[in-house]
Amino acid sequence: MMSIWVGENARVLIQGITGNQGRFHGAKMVEYGTEIVGGVTPGKGGSTVTLHNRDLPVYNTMNEAIKSTDAEVSVIYVPPPYAAAAIKEAAKSFHDVRGEGLIVCITEGIPILDMIDVTSDLGQYPNIRLIGPNCPGIITPGVKGGSKIGIMPGHIHRKGRIGIVSKSGTLTYEAVAQTTGIGEGQTTCVGIGGDPIQGTGFIDCLEAFEKDPETEAIVMIGEIGGTAEEEAAEWIKANGTKPVVGFVAGATAPPGKRMGHAGAIISGGKGTAKEKIEAFESAGIHVANDPSVIGEVLKIALIEAGLREL
Amino acid sequence: MNIHEYQAKQMFRDAGVSVLDGLHCRNVGEAIDAYRKLGGGVVAVKSQIHAGGRGKGTLLDPKTREVIMEGGVKIAFSEDEVRDYSDRILGNLLITKQTGGSGKLVTNLYVESGCDIVHEYYLAMLVDRGSNSLLVMASREGGMDIEEVAETNPDSIHRITSSGKSGFNRDSCVDLGSRLGLIGPALEKFTDMVSRLGSLFIESDCSMIEINPLVETSDQDIIALDAKVSFDENASFRHPEWDDLRDYGEEEEIELRAKKTGLSYVKLDGDIGCMVNGAGLAMATMDVIKLYGGEPANFLDVGGGADENQVTTAFSIILEDPNVKGILVNIFGGIMRCDIIAKGVISAVSRLGLERPLVVRLAGTNVEEGKAILSESGLNIHPADSLADGAEKIVKLVKGGA
Repeated sequence: MMSIWVGENARVLIQGITGNQGRFHGAKMVEYGTEIVGGVTPGKGGSTVTLHNRDLPVYNTMNEAIKSTDAEVSVIYVPPPYAAAAIKEAAKSFHDVRGEGLIVCITEGIPILDMIDVTSDLGQYPNIRLIGPNCPGIITPGVKGGSKIGIMPGHIHRKGRIGIVSKSGTLTYEAVAQTTGIGEGQTTCVGIGGDPIQGTGFIDCLEAFEKDPETEAIVMIGEIGGTAEEEAAEWIKANGTKPVVGFVAGATAPPGKRMGHAGAIISGGKGTAKEKIEAFESAGIHVANDPSVIGEVLKIALIEAGLREL
Repeated sequence: MNIHEYQAKQMFRDAGVSVLDGLHCRNVGEAIDAYRKLGGGVVAVKSQIHAGGRGKGTLLDPKTREVIMEGGVKIAFSEDEVRDYSDRILGNLLITKQTGGSGKLVTNLYVESGCDIVHEYYLAMLVDRGSNSLLVMASREGGMDIEEVAETNPDSIHRITSSGKSGFNRDSCVDLGSRLGLIGPALEKFTDMVSRLGSLFIESDCSMIEINPLVETSDQDIIALDAKVSFDENASFRHPEWDDLRDYGEEEEIELRAKKTGLSYVKLDGDIGCMVNGAGLAMATMDVIKLYGGEPANFLDVGGGADENQVTTAFSIILEDPNVKGILVNIFGGIMRCDIIAKGVISAVSRLGLERPLVVRLAGTNVEEGKAILSESGLNIHPADSLADGAEKIVKLVKGGA
């Protein structure tokens, strides 16, 4: 294995391939080198979509699409009212046809109750993983090309040994650019999304990076709200063997403005950047206090771990 | 999206959740009519604003800021008191610990019958991000700040969860009521109420329902004495009825205008305006400005796919803040293309003028085209190579100009 969850040559379907977002980002993915094998738009089955000079078949259903293309991954660019149903259809179809599969949902603005429903639905498919929603996606850079599944700018990535996981889209790009900037590259970068309910969390990614022999160090980017960062720090304390660099966005954000009133209570006063950073530090994570020094802090962490020359 | 207590209580009534009789009023005359319709006696005259802590708030004259009355919720024993209280509430500013210093103008009242209270409880229903489920929290310590209860007596807060569309099953509702010490008819009423609230929560796409206090009366009834309901804005496409419930007077005009354009804007107290794509990067940009000794004037996320028009609107919103002495634009293009941002910046600057320093940092998709467009424009825009470089430059420029 040389990455997590998606290999360089993963076969990928696009749900919503005939829409504006699906076509725009579909073309960018093909251009990057992603093995896009087709797409699904109900009612448009049998037609063809041309993305970056490649003609791709459109199917009516995911079941049909997976059977015809042997796809392992689906990326969803379906508008919010239909996104939950698209995730559920993908999960059932991957389960029925292949027994496993990865679903990456880019869509922003899915009602939270729809996501609760999706989460409980996914419980019945043990080998189906959802990344997102409201996320930039996942990318495994390759020697030539690679697999970009989502909306991230491909050209800032480079194949290497750093695993990156982040709640924030654009901040992930910042971290990626900085790791590339210090001469390192990435095994896989996962944007888990900033929605309160997510298919894949920090710990899922940390576990996978920990197991992946090609990943030698990890960059984890969090933000205020919830307690996912604290839980990730606990996990690292108990299980982590690879150096981790962490950053938490929102140290200067005004309290109470984004977090709901009662949401702050459940977390028992947790959720501030300060607490998250303290949790990171106590777990031995190398903390970047300034997002523009993530690369520098990573360099130091690698040197300290004997993974890089001074 | 938040709604008023009187609107929430109508939803409760329609869903079979027990509330007292009450009427929504907009002026003193309507308040007196309401008092008569409710049959006189003891009533509560309640200010309607989208913020908690009304009972302990202070009413101020909006012009002179002179104190008119302590308490935005008053118990009235006669028609004269109803007249007096409603007159002193309506048209004045109510300041509570949740409104901030500027307070909220009260233009709506709710006049509600009284009842005989034996005990006050707290109840809230919300989505728990930790367990991906619906959660009910309840406590015997009602009527007070739940944050305070969570701090001082966390064991008094009881919880049940539900994992899906079905809402809360009877057994867990009974269990919760029992843990609150309810027995007999009161426990039965409580169980029924929690299950009805669960259905209401799901059908109406709520993000939170909070009842503080939930009261037990002397005849063992359970009644929602207060009602705070907020909706999940993501679900607005399937709730056209929300348009009628929305009180635009309650929302920050400028934040509302930003939202309509697809921007997410929060005003802050500093002097460096920022325009960023992505919430995480926007927060991080604020953090870095502060690290270099500056103070951000706002949080502004232009979102994923901003067009020229949105960039122009974003600029005009930032420039409306008289405290802004300089602007930092920080864009890491993914979906967003740097050339589009650059064009938007130029069109905004040519329409709105540029008397304050502007630093622009572009990275990501189409960055070279974006940089070229900016440098060819001949405008006095300071380019920056990185986030740190951008923050350092804008802080220097703003401090230098002060």
